[in-house]
Amino acid sequence: MSDSGNQPTKDRGEYWQKNLKIIAGCLFVWAFVGLGLGIVFADFLNNFSIGGYPLGFWFAQQGSIYTFLVIIFYYAWRMNKLDQEYDVYEH
Amino acid sequence: MEGSQQIINLLVVGVTFALYIGIAIWARTSSTSEFYVAGKGINPVANGMATAADWMSAASFISMAGLIAFLGFTGGAYLMGWTGGYVLMALLLAPYLRKFGKFTVPEFIGDRFYSTTARVVAVICLLVISITYVIGQMRGVGIAFANILEVPLTVGLISGMFVVFLYAVFGGMKGITYTQIAQYCVMIFAYTVPAVFISLIITGVPIPQIGLGSTMTGSETHLLTALDQTLVDLGFTQYTATEGGMSMLNMFLLTVSLMIGTAGLPHVIVRFFTVPRIRDARKSAGWALFFIAILYTTAPAVGAMATWNLLDTMILDRQAIGEEESHLRYADQPAWMERWGETGLLAFEDKNEDGRIQYYNAANEEFAAMAEEEYGWEGSELTRLDRDIIVLANPEIAGLPTWIIALVAAGGIAAALSTAAGLLLAISSSISHDLLKGVFKPDITEKGEMLAARLSMAGAILLAGYLGLNPPGFAAEVVALAFGLAAASLFPTLMMGIFYKKMNREGAIAGMLAGLVVTLAYIFTYKGFLFFPQLALLPDNADYWLFGINPGSFGVIGAIANVVVSFVVAKVTAPPPAHIQALVESVRVPRAD
Repeated sequence: MSDSGNQPTKDRGEYWQKNLKIIAGCLFVWAFVGLGLGIVFADFLNNFSIGGYPLGFWFAQQGSIYTFLVIIFYYAWRMNKLDQEYDVYEH
Repeated sequence: MEGSQQIINLLVVGVTFALYIGIAIWARTSSTSEFYVAGKGINPVANGMATAADWMSAASFISMAGLIAFLGFTGGAYLMGWTGGYVLMALLLAPYLRKFGKFTVPEFIGDRFYSTTARVVAVICLLVISITYVIGQMRGVGIAFANILEVPLTVGLISGMFVVFLYAVFGGMKGITYTQIAQYCVMIFAYTVPAVFISLIITGVPIPQIGLGSTMTGSETHLLTALDQTLVDLGFTQYTATEGGMSMLNMFLLTVSLMIGTAGLPHVIVRFFTVPRIRDARKSAGWALFFIAILYTTAPAVGAMATWNLLDTMILDRQAIGEEESHLRYADQPAWMERWGETGLLAFEDKNEDGRIQYYNAANEEFAAMAEEEYGWEGSELTRLDRDIIVLANPEIAGLPTWIIALVAAGGIAAALSTAAGLLLAISSSISHDLLKGVFKPDITEKGEMLAARLSMAGAILLAGYLGLNPPGFAAEVVALAFGLAAASLFPTLMMGIFYKKMNREGAIAGMLAGLVVTLAYIFTYKGFLFFPQLALLPDNADYWLFGINPGSFGVIGAIANVVVSFVVAKVTAPPPAHIQALVESVRVPRAD
C-alpha cells in the first residue's frame, strides 16, 4: 500500500522494478511453452498424447495460443493490482 | 456457375458493402484526434475486435489453413508467430505507447530520440512495411472476386476501393474501427460455420478444435492417426511429426521473427492508441488475441480436415492402397472437384491412363520406384493443388447451402478490406502528420492537416488500387520482407526507447539502419537485389543459406544487429538530455500526478 510519507520517485522506481519482474515471469512462460514445448521439445512430447493429438503437435498448433491468451489477461489483471498498490491506478 | 448461386453471392457481398457504407455515413470525423486515433474513445473489447480484423488479413483468412495443411507440424511456426507477438505487444509496447498519448509510431520515435532524422527513418520503415503489405490485401480482394464470385478483377477491386474510400477518407480511424468490428463478425462467421459442419461430418464433434483430436465417425481410429498413416502409405511424412516441413532451427527463428515482426507492425500498434486508458491498452491486447485465437485455433482443424477430405475422396479403400479398385475413377469425381478443376486451382492428369486418380509423393524416390514397380503408377496425378482451395472449397466439400459459399466470399473480402484500411491509415497519417506537420510545415492549422490527411488517404487508396491491378511479380516475397523489416527496425527501437532510459538519438538511428540494412542485404543476397532474381548473388536453397537460415526467418538476426549496434553507439556518444529521461519515466507509469 502506498504511504503518503514516501518519496514518489522511490515509489515509482519500485513500481517499475516490480513491473519488470512480472514481465520477466510472463515472458519466461511465453518462451518455454511456445518455443520450448511447441518446437524444441515437441519431438519428445509427441510420444505422449492429449485426446487424439500428439502432445508436441498440440502445443505447436493449439496449446501455445491458449497459453499466450492466459498470459496477457494475467498480466493485465496483475498490473491493475500493482497500479492500485502504488496508487497510480487511473480513474 | 449456376445463375442462382451467382445472384446469392452478389446479394450477400452487396449487403455487407451496404453495411460498411452505412457505418461510413454514421462515423464521420471532424478533428485530427478523431481521424488518427478515433478520439481515444474506443471500448477495449471493441478495440480488441477491430484489432483482430485489422490484423487478420486475406492471407490469414484464405491462405493460412492451406499453408498449415501443406507444412503439417511445422505450420505451427505461423500459428505461434502470428499470435505470440501479441504477448510482446501487451507486455512491452502497447501500455507505454498509449501513455505517450500521441497519434503515430514515428511520432514516438521522433520525440523519444529528440530527432527529426529518427522520425523520418521510422516513416521510411513504416511506408516500406505497409505498402508491401497492402499489395497482398489487394491480391486477396482479387482472389475473392475472381475465383468465388466470378466477377472481373477490375470491377471487384474498384468497388472494394470505393467502399474503403467512403469510410476511410471521411471517417478516418473512427470509421475504420466501426467497419472493422462489422468485418470481424462477417469473417469469423464465414470461417467457423463451414469448419463446424466439416468437423461434424468427419468426427461428429461440433467444435473443430476438439474434433481434430477426436475419433472419426463410426470408427475407433483418431482422425490424426488415420491422416498420419494414409500420408505415410502414399510416401509422404506424417502430418503431426516434427520431421518434414522446415528444419527445427528455421522453425524456431521463423516463429521468433514473426512474433517480433507482429509486435512491430505500425498499423497494429496504432490501434492501441485508440483506447481511453493505459489499463485498457493491456486488456485490449488480450481481447484482440481472444478474437484472433478463435480463427487461429480453427485453422489447423480446417487444414487437416480438408486434407483428409481430399484424400478420403480420392482413396476409396485406404487399407488397400495400390490396388486398382481403391482409387477414385475420373468419371466418378464429385461436383466440387470438377468445378474447382475449371478454375485451374485444382488439376489432374491421368499419367498411366488407367482412368483412376493416383495421388502420392513422387519426389520420394524410393516410394516412387516401388509404386511404379508394384502398382503401375507413373507419377502423381494431382498435378496442381492451390493451397487457397483448402478454405475456398470447404463449404462445397461439406455440402453446405449456397448462401454459406457466398458468405466465404464476403468473409475473404472483409478480411482483405479491414487490413487494407488499417494499413492505409498508417500510411496516410505518417505522410500528413509525421512528414507534413512534423517536418515540412509545423505551423499547419488543424483544418489544413485534416485536409492533408484526407488527401493522402485518397492518394494511398489510389496507389493500393493501382498496385492491386498491376501487382509486381514479387508480391508474395515482399510480405516476408515486411515482417523481417518490422522485426529488425521498429520493434527493437521502440522497446529500447521504453526500457533503456540511456538509449540516445545516435544509438537509435544507427540501430534502425543496421537492422534494416542487415535484413535487406541477407534477403537480397538470395532473392536478388530489389527482388530481381537475376541479381541474386547465391542460389536460394538450404545449401547456400548462412548456417542454413531461410531469408524469411532472418528478421530476428536483424533485430539482434539493431540492438547490438544501438548499445555500442549509445555507449560512445552523449547520453539523452534530462527532459527525455523524464519523458521515459513518465511513460512507465499509468497515472501522472
